[in-house]
Order: sequence, then structure tokens, then C-alpha cells
Amino acid sequence: MTTSMTANPALPESAVKAVTRRTKQRLTSRGATIAALVIAVLWTVPTVGLFITSIRPEVETQRSGWWEIFINPTVTLENYEAVLFGSDSLLGPFINSIAISIPATVFPLVIASLAGYAFAWMKFKGRDVIFVLVFALQIVPIQMALVPLLSLFSRGITVGDGVLYEGLRNAGMFSQVWIAHTIFALPLAIFLLHNFISEIPSDVIEAARVDGASHGQIFFRIVLPLSMPAIASFAIFQFLWVWNDLLVALIFATGASAPITRALAELTGEFGQNAELLPAGAFISILVPLVVFFALQRYFVRGLLAGSTKG
Amino acid sequence: MKDLLTWIGSLPPLAQIPIVVGLFLVAAVIIVLLIEVAPRAGRKFTVIRFVACLAIPGIIFLLLGSVWWAIAAAIVLGGVFFLLDYRSRQGKGYLFALVGFLAPAILLLIIGLVYPMIQTMFLSFQSNRGNWIGVDNYVWIFSQPANLVVIRNTIIWVLVVPAFSTALGLAYAVFIDKSRGEKFFKILVFMPMAISFVGASIIWRFVYAYRPEGESQIGVLNGLVTLFGAEPVNWLQQVPLNSFLLMVVLIWVQTGFAMVILSASIKGVPVEQIEAAQLDGTNAWQRFVNVTIPAIRPSIIVVLTTISIASLKVFDIVRTMGLAYPDTGVIANEMVTLLQKFEAGRSSAFAVVLFLLVLPIVIYNARQIQKTRETR
Repeated sequence: MTTSMTANPALPESAVKAVTRRTKQRLTSRGATIAALVIAVLWTVPTVGLFITSIRPEVETQRSGWWEIFINPTVTLENYEAVLFGSDSLLGPFINSIAISIPATVFPLVIASLAGYAFAWMKFKGRDVIFVLVFALQIVPIQMALVPLLSLFSRGITVGDGVLYEGLRNAGMFSQVWIAHTIFALPLAIFLLHNFISEIPSDVIEAARVDGASHGQIFFRIVLPLSMPAIASFAIFQFLWVWNDLLVALIFATGASAPITRALAELTGEFGQNAELLPAGAFISILVPLVVFFALQRYFVRGLLAGSTKG
Repeated sequence: MKDLLTWIGSLPPLAQIPIVVGLFLVAAVIIVLLIEVAPRAGRKFTVIRFVACLAIPGIIFLLLGSVWWAIAAAIVLGGVFFLLDYRSRQGKGYLFALVGFLAPAILLLIIGLVYPMIQTMFLSFQSNRGNWIGVDNYVWIFSQPANLVVIRNTIIWVLVVPAFSTALGLAYAVFIDKSRGEKFFKILVFMPMAISFVGASIIWRFVYAYRPEGESQIGVLNGLVTLFGAEPVNWLQQVPLNSFLLMVVLIWVQTGFAMVILSASIKGVPVEQIEAAQLDGTNAWQRFVNVTIPAIRPSIIVVLTTISIASLKVFDIVRTMGLAYPDTGVIANEMVTLLQKFEAGRSSAFAVVLFLLVLPIVIYNARQIQKTRETR
């Protein structure tokens, strides 16, 4: 007996160690999984609560917490009907949100792609300084630009007696919002797209240069197609950002051009009247971003990582 | 230009989208065509460049509705540019292409961010009616107790939210790393990022809802509290707890962001280092502190600074949830409130204070970027 134990001393010991290690790992990962589950549940409960509140009749909502739907399931679509087709319908603002978000996504993307390419692959004096300045602009609070932009849009610029620019005043429903969103999106857009474009292997670009391609051709035929993932990610980001924005909308999209965030914010102001429309209204406004997010979250994540430093 | 925009604005909103986007894309294609064609050698192309240099500034100023001499000045400047390009060392057409790439972006940035920023600074030294009053607005900011509360709140937001979001995001990323259903866990926590701040505020307003003792509770928090037999609390009225409850909303949203970036970062830590540490007999916690954290330090800094900036700018949460409740104001919100009361001078002063608070973070970030560009 002793001989067989000492004959292979290493085997049982290392096997025991391996088993202990694996068990410890599995135990820690079980603890970790439980902790993760707790956090995940905590994170989802608020949204679930809102959704359930939106499908309960108003009477029930006033009387009991939304969790009681499991004891007393009464479901109704009346809140959604009121929100969409009632007198204070959110349908108009919903369409406004779409009309604002799509152009406000396309414009900065195109402009930023052009600029990103120049910063990445064209040499010019002061390139690095200007690039850092453009990045720094991203951190200027939008609030700082609001008053001057507002007066720029409505009054234009006059030097002495001469009008340099006559201002937009109320020209067009959404022009001011589009321009404002484009401007505010540019610093981050240029930064992210530049980072991605500069990672295209220089051999590809050099080869094209040797073949006699000009910057324009390189941009259009090589850089643009290769940058599609970054462009797609940023497009999603920008769309969600514009859709969810309230500040720019409060200042530049008034009255009939108000998007759904603004309509919702105004609803919350009158807590009392129309308060029952709030959950359904909020959920409708959340729906589009959630759908976009779930359908495209792969690109979302990739886009987030494209601009940040690698670990 | 104004008339064109007015006509577009008169169409139903959904119809405006294709028209506006279409017009824009046409303009972009023209720019790209010019960039592509311009640098080519030859008389024909020189003429094209010349015409473009004169015509484009002229047309732009015409569309803007300028006075005739401004248009003329623009055309002359265009001519000067053409000469510069003609004689540039990097070949004719290079400057032209460069400007084509950069001009739309740089122009918009100068008009939309640089000029307003400078003007806001000037406005902050003026009274609400436009008279120069020096630093009076700033004195007003720092002498009113209500404003000091606002500033104090803002600073607390900047300290608390990034710390908690990053810590939670990091912990969560570590917990779910390599587990089954990792993707599902990620989606759950990341989801709040897709929701607008307005929506998030409404969601959490319901969580914090209060009904007096004796009535049934409708908010989750009070529901739990009454479950354990205590009296319900009017959460959002409790100073200073209410500010922290509002911060919870931003933490709820930003933790997903932190988690995604840190999770990717953790996966990038070289396996050999971890295995070496394992062989040295360290336990999981020691490995985490001594190997993983130093390796992901750049990402932690990116996450912390990005969330700090978001916390400084946060406005929607306090506005949608906090306005009615005592002592919850932050600078970003105060600015907009003052603006709506037509107090442009004071609003601008607050904006400058906000900008000064953001500045250290900017400088730090900019230096980091310069370092990465140098190593490229």
C-alpha cells in the first residue's frame, strides 16, 4: 500500500490540487453569477415597472403598486389609445422625432467622414494641434453655445450697415434643430471616425497612391467602404442621441416641431392633469430606441470601443 | 435660402426627410467630385479650380442673403485662395482638396461652437439688458446661498456618479466574464443607455412614488419599505437624500457604458500575466488588484472622464424629476432656467463656471490623446 502511494506521489497531489482549484473557480463563479443576477434584476425592474403600469387601467394604478398585477391581472390598452389618438396625442411629436433624427444623423456623418479622412491621411501644417482642438470642442457644454446660436439663427450677422447673413428666423420647421444637432455632433464624430480611418493599414493606401490615385479617389473607393462598420456604429449612436435629446429640442424645436422628448417633458410638468398618460407616453418614446438598440446592439458596442483606447 | 427652407418646412414632416437628405447628399457628391477632379494636371482642370474657387464662396454668401460687397469680398478671397493653391509646394490642387475635405466641418465648428463660446464669455460680463457690468454676475453667483447649493450639488454629482458607475460596471464586467449568458447579462444592464434621460426620469419617478401612510403604495421603493412594516417615505422631498436618488438615475444609465468598455478591456489582458500570477499562488482578489487593474488603467480613465463630463452636463434628469423638489438643482439645469427667464447675462456666467469645471478634464484628455498620436 505504502509503495503504491509513494510510487506515484505526484499524481494524486496534483490531481487533488487541480480539483480544488476547479471547485474554487466554480464556487467563485457561482457567487459571481448570483451577484450578476442581482444586479441585472435591479437594473431591469424599473423599466418593467413602467411597462406594466402602462398597460394597467388608470384606476388600478392609483390604487395599488404595479407588482400587484400578478395577483390581480387586469390589462388594458386604453392608455396607449389615449396617448396616440387622444386630444393631446403624442403621434405628432413622434413623427417629428423621426423627421428630426434621420437628417441629424446623416449630415454629421458625411461631414465628419470627410474631415476624419483629412485628419488621418492628409499631411498639413498644424494638423495635430487642430485635431486636438476639435476633440476638445466636444467637451464644451452645449449650454454654452445655446444663446449665441439662437441669436445667430434668428437675427443673423450684421457688420455695420451690411447684412452678412440674414438669419433663418422661422424658416422651415426643423432647420435650426438639424443644424444645431449637426454642429454638436461633429467633434465626437470627427474624433471617432478619424480613429477608425487611421487604423486602415497604410500599405493599402500607399498602394493606391503608387497607382496614381488622388485623395478623392482613395476616399471614395477605399476608405469609405472600409469604414462602414464605424460609420454604422456612429450612425446608431447619433440617431439614439438625437432621438433622446431634450436640451436642443427645448431651445430650437418649439411648438409644432416639438419632438417626443419635449412633449413628454411638458407632460411631466403638469403632474396631475394627464398624469395617467405618462407611462404609456414614456414607453412609446422608449420603444424606438429600444428596438434600434436590440436590432443593432452588435454595432453599438463595436462603435463604443472604436474610439476609446485599447485596454 | 430662407425661402427654400420655408417651403421645405411647409411639407408634412415625413416628406421633408427625403428632400432634405437628398439635397444634402447632392451637395456632398458635388464636393467629392470636385475634390477628385481638381488635383489633375492640365489647363482644363486649372480652369475648373479657378471657377470653383470664385463661384463657391460667391454662391454661399448669396444664399446667406449677404449684402453685395460681402459677396464681392468672398469672391476676391476665393481668388486669393486659388493663387495660394496654385503656388503651393504640394502641388496644384492639394490645398483645394484639403479645403474640400475639411471646410464644411471646420466652418460649422467655428460658427457653431467656437464663436458662440467666445460670445457667451462676453455675455457673462454683461447685464441681462446688455450693459457691461464686469464681474457682477459672477459675484451674484458666488454670493447667493441658493446658487452655492447648486454649485455644491454639481460637484457632488461629478464625484459620486463616475465613481459608482465605474465601480459597478467593473464589478459586473468581472462577474459575468466568461459566464454562460454573458451577452444576455450585458444587454440587460446596457439597455438603459438606449432610453432617453426623460424616459429614465419618468421610470424612476414611479419607483420613488409616495402615497401617505394608510394608502396603498404604487412605487417600488415604498412598496418594499411598507413590506417590512415601516412607514412610507416621501423620498424626493428628503434633503439631501433626494439629490442622491437623482444621481441613482444617471448611475443606472451610465453603468452599462462603463461595463461595456471595461469588459472589452478585461478580455484584452494578456492571459500569460494572469497565469503567471496564478502559478505564484495568488488568489483571485490579489490577481484582480495587481494584474488586471493596472492593465486596464487606460480604459478606467476613459470611462471615468467620459462619465464625469456627462455628469456635469446632465440636465434632463434634474429638470424632469427634480424641479419641484428642494435643493436638487445643478448648474446645467440652472442655466436653462435662467435662460427661460431671459436672464442671459447670469445664464452665461453659469455656463462659464460650468466650462471651467469641465476644463481640467478636457486638458487631461487632450494630453492623453496627444500621447497616443505621438506613438502612432
